[in-house]
Amino acid sequence: MSVSLTINGNPRTLEADPESPLLWALRDELGMTGTKFGCGIAACGACTVHWDGVPIRSCQTMVGDLEGAEITTIEGVGGRAAEAVKAAWTSLEVPQCGYCQSGQIMSAVALLSETPRPTDGDIDAAMDGNVCRCATYVRIRKAIHTAADMLEG
Amino acid sequence: MQTLSRIPGELTRPDRRTFLKLSAGAAGGLLLATRLTSAAYAQGTETEFEQPFLHIRPDNSVTILSKHLDKGQGTATGLTTLIADELDAAHDQMRVEFAPSNPDLYKNLIYGIQGTGGSSAMANSFLQYRQAGAAAKAMLVAAAARQWDVPASEIAVSQGVVSHASGHTARFGELAGLAAQEDVPAEPVLKTPEQWVYIGKAFPRLDVANKSSGSPDTFTMDFQPEGLLVAVVARPPRFGGKVASFDATAARNVPGVVDVFQIPSGVAVLARSTWPAIKGREALVVEWDDSAAEVRSSDAMIAELRDMTAEPGVMVHEVGDTGAAMEQAEKVVELDFDFPFLAHGPMEPLDIVLLFDGETAEFWYGCQSQTGDHAGAAESLGIGFDKVSINTIWAGGSFGRRSPPDRHPVIEICEVAKAMLTAGMAPVPVKVVWTREDDITGGYYRPMSAHKVRVGLDGEGSVTAFKYAIAAKSIIKGSAYEAVMMPNGVDPSMTEGAHDTSYAFPAMRVNQAFQETQVPVLWWRSVGHTHTAYVMEVTMDRIALETGKDPVAFRLEMIKDDPRKANVLRLAAEKAGWDTPLPEGRYRGVAVHKSFGSYVAEVAEISLRDDGTIKVEKVTAAVDCGVPINPDNIVAQVEGGIGYGLGAILRNQVTLAEGVVEETNFDTYEPLRISDMPEIEVHIVPSNEAPTGMGEPGTPPIGPAIANAVAAATGKWITSLPMAKAGLV
Repeated sequence: MSVSLTINGNPRTLEADPESPLLWALRDELGMTGTKFGCGIAACGACTVHWDGVPIRSCQTMVGDLEGAEITTIEGVGGRAAEAVKAAWTSLEVPQCGYCQSGQIMSAVALLSETPRPTDGDIDAAMDGNVCRCATYVRIRKAIHTAADMLEG
Repeated sequence: MQTLSRIPGELTRPDRRTFLKLSAGAAGGLLLATRLTSAAYAQGTETEFEQPFLHIRPDNSVTILSKHLDKGQGTATGLTTLIADELDAAHDQMRVEFAPSNPDLYKNLIYGIQGTGGSSAMANSFLQYRQAGAAAKAMLVAAAARQWDVPASEIAVSQGVVSHASGHTARFGELAGLAAQEDVPAEPVLKTPEQWVYIGKAFPRLDVANKSSGSPDTFTMDFQPEGLLVAVVARPPRFGGKVASFDATAARNVPGVVDVFQIPSGVAVLARSTWPAIKGREALVVEWDDSAAEVRSSDAMIAELRDMTAEPGVMVHEVGDTGAAMEQAEKVVELDFDFPFLAHGPMEPLDIVLLFDGETAEFWYGCQSQTGDHAGAAESLGIGFDKVSINTIWAGGSFGRRSPPDRHPVIEICEVAKAMLTAGMAPVPVKVVWTREDDITGGYYRPMSAHKVRVGLDGEGSVTAFKYAIAAKSIIKGSAYEAVMMPNGVDPSMTEGAHDTSYAFPAMRVNQAFQETQVPVLWWRSVGHTHTAYVMEVTMDRIALETGKDPVAFRLEMIKDDPRKANVLRLAAEKAGWDTPLPEGRYRGVAVHKSFGSYVAEVAEISLRDDGTIKVEKVTAAVDCGVPINPDNIVAQVEGGIGYGLGAILRNQVTLAEGVVEETNFDTYEPLRISDMPEIEVHIVPSNEAPTGMGEPGTPPIGPAIANAVAAATGKWITSLPMAKAGLV
């Protein structure tokens, strides 16, 4: 089956089993490995990408449902919120092993795009689906607040 | 053995970057081992400076070769900090790559083989890497002196610039080739602590920008050389089971599946890419032979462990006459503990890439035990040690999981590669990927254990005797490390943190008993301390309560000849406001523990929700790890170590029903999430003592600190983990 969609602003055609997850199409067919495999059941958020700006788990999003979709991945995410998040992540040295951080960043960018000044409760709600086994959560929270400061400044 | 159903030539995908390009290290972090033989170090080229631990290139970059895997603990940056400081380099010229497998050059000086573990990276490298930096600086200075015809003693080096009062200046890159011609000083002069510019101050991590941008080729999972095939393996659902028979007809019909092989560990499904491999495995029909497998439930196994703690087992440690002291005790405090199996659950599941052509083998993966894996691969493949090369790359977490003594992931991929050649396939790289289900159900757990503690008190409430018996499967017994680590039949990793306690008990006896089971066990972040810290520190609070003493004051009374332990305890208590009243509904607990040479005290503050569950509000920690090489990274390791331990004690357990693991993924083995994470404050004790470990020591105290806070809140002593079983989560 052939599915036409937009990935990071570029029109792409995926020749893939419609029942196969977007995650593996991105990683193995398109070679875009920034989006990570963590659990395969939408329980860890490592595979988070944006579909029309909304964070989704690409391991549970099937290629056959994506005709005409606009997908953004860590490789292509841009704009003020994304720049602020990446800058905050780097300056606060959030990552340890780093494997989950693509997903963390995609969820954080989506949060700040909707809610430029999130409360701790907003952060809990938006980020609880993103697991970090290194438990970098203290710095993730701080980096989101820092990015919010940058967006206001 | 099954026959080849597709030929590798069909598998080339043009949009992939080429295998060669990746192999040559163009994508960062990857090195061709063949380039880095000892001979290559004998001298630099005309423009480059090459020594085993650092290369200086004409572009002015200084590249450190990290002999240790960085699986998130900041080791690569830590080693770079040491060299950059002695070299007086600028932060922005520093790079880091992982050293090849070469035990002569890159052995862990504590273990004698190349490998990372036991929180030993900085401790064993502290002098070695500083000496490498100091030697390189001396050679740069000597080269500049020769070129400028000035005395070396008049030359200054700062932030990557070599200069002389006469006006000469040069960057490292300009002097690299000349410096390489200078003699390597046998005993380079090291800086004194007052001269350090980065150590103990700040040196930002070198890997955060890549890890904050989805940079390609960072992890093994992302490594996709030309022609790569992916294998997943159906392994026995019961530990110790074997394949009886299998039908691969449906698996072979899954588009993208290339072949199916039986290997010793199960049935491997080989495919063009990951998803077909996973789907192919789902379509396999395998009959398992469980005749030699573990078929008990975990409840039966824990019952056996409890019984075993009543038997003498192996004597680990005895001071005084514990038996007599216990008989004379006025009162005996009795506590029995049990701990579940725990999975490590690193975010990147296990994965390895191997290219084997029948004569040589090249690996790419987050290799944690180079020498053991290297030897194991050579033996499995039937080729010489010198025919195997290992390219170590960043690992997405480990927590112990990537260094099993039996090297089973390496052996398994060797079996897959051999099967591919036997089937007549041309040599292509293969990646074995573990799914999360494979990870959680695949064994190699923190051992399940039972502990029996009896504490004798005299009429005045003083401790007179302390008896501690533990039963668990030994990680070391029966492993490749048994001969070295258990010369007396004692597994010290099982009771570390108990038999070596610095609490002054007049009489103490520690025993251990070994459970036999097919369930494979493995070190899990802080190894024996994961349970002994909990047992010792909860027991200390329980005795303090019994004798009417304040938990901090009681510990300080009991700590003998260990001022650093007392110091971190005092510091954490002071910073947490231990002596000040808490707001309504808040409760505190404390624990202090030494592990891997480092001392950590933690004060946890919790609140109770209306439904009886707890919320961990704040943890105040104090750390003494000797020279704090990279303070911000120490803070990060304490934050992360607390989070890792907290998730486990709150709600994690691996259970077996008739030998089959019941938890399968992050839904049933649910990790700590951001909403569970407390505020954390970390205080580092300034020190000029030799640096000790920081990857693990933050983890042990959090469990008992929380348990002691729960006891303060509810009067209940949680002695069976996880706490979710007691309705606290």
